[in-house]
Amino acid sequence: MCLAVPLKLMQVDGEHGVVEMGGIRRKVNLSFVEDAQPGDYVVVHTGFAITRMDETEAAETLRLLNECIEKAEA
Amino acid sequence: MDLRILREEHGVRALVEEVRAEIGTIGREVQIMEVCGTHTMTAYRSGLGLLLRKIGMRLISGPGCPVCVTPDGIIAAAARLVQERPGVILASFGDMLRVPASDCAIMKLVPAEGSSVHVIYSPEEVVEVAKANPQKEVVFLAAGFETTVPGIGWVVRTCLREGIRNVSLIPAMKIVPPPLKAILDAGDLRLDGFIYPGHVSVIIGSEAYRFVAEQYGVPGAVAGFEPADLLFGILSVLRQIREGRADVEIAYRRAVKPEGNGLAKRLMEDVFTVGDAEWRGFGTIPQSGLYPPEALCALSRFGIKADSGWETNGCRCGEVVRGIAEPEDCGLFGKGCTPERPLGPCMVSYEGSCLIHFKYGKELPL
Repeated sequence: MCLAVPLKLMQVDGEHGVVEMGGIRRKVNLSFVEDAQPGDYVVVHTGFAITRMDETEAAETLRLLNECIEKAEA
Repeated sequence: MDLRILREEHGVRALVEEVRAEIGTIGREVQIMEVCGTHTMTAYRSGLGLLLRKIGMRLISGPGCPVCVTPDGIIAAAARLVQERPGVILASFGDMLRVPASDCAIMKLVPAEGSSVHVIYSPEEVVEVAKANPQKEVVFLAAGFETTVPGIGWVVRTCLREGIRNVSLIPAMKIVPPPLKAILDAGDLRLDGFIYPGHVSVIIGSEAYRFVAEQYGVPGAVAGFEPADLLFGILSVLRQIREGRADVEIAYRRAVKPEGNGLAKRLMEDVFTVGDAEWRGFGTIPQSGLYPPEALCALSRFGIKADSGWETNGCRCGEVVRGIAEPEDCGLFGKGCTPERPLGPCMVSYEGSCLIHFKYGKELPL
């Protein structure tokens, strides 16, 4: 039940926004994300954005993974 | 940014090698509970569950499936209401409506005259349905953990603010840390660590599990839901075990903060009261449930009662959610109980261990 997916916010209109998922646009409630802006990636669960994705941290995870891959292939 | 690499083979393979090395250094089989059903899904769908077992690590599924831990009495009370009372729209998430409780699932019942069952994707739909049907009573069978509860709280706040009077809740909302304490106190399972749920933790924050490390000395990490995310979480726990320390680490930093989501936490605190709750398999766990204001409680509004306890009929979901039985230990698994004809909630919910083991848990014959 706690399945949630990161989706790109396309539009913001007060308490609500529009996210895009594989070409399909869907309404999302933004009550729990402060100052959400179009272009942000939000994690959506049952129609509510529960957080904004932290892109710096996402990049750090990718860096760690690539480091691990390089080590394995060395 | 392209995160697809988190589910691609070369990254996963490299992380599995790290896991293998850590287990080798620890020098014994390691048992870790993944609390969340969606992690069970990640582990088994990707094949990691079986692979890790071969290299000396057992992942044990925990109580993190809201549908699975809801006792039958709650579902039966909702079923009786929509069967007996005219003019009721019973709304809930699809999985809840497919659980067989006292004879059959809500989805298959014949509702009373003018009553109906409505499957929702988002709690917001409860408000929309109520506004569109002012002459009907919309009863929300509200199940979920902290990931889902803020959305349910939004419904409560909206009804109070806008004076919407035809909405009420059958409360089945639960919070995750108390059953972890119950599992540790029961002591019938050797656990070397926990993988904490990623999206519950988005809301409550990783510090909510601090007591596990400090009072029980058990390591843990919050993980995300791609195969590489899960492995990063497992590695964090294994390193803690190897170094002889117990901490709460975050291996899902792009979404989880130590303090959680303040806006969502505040709304939950504003509209719900914490109280004791019954969990399938556990019985009553103190301070583990969330309850709406009296005025929005369907049980008081319609004078109905949820019976305590759950039917077993040979179903061992109660033990499966506590991690003390594997789905395969149940005599009904794959025989009387299948995804087409589930006899218990763990075979219904997409995060139920039985359904996941049924679909992905066997080695495929060539």
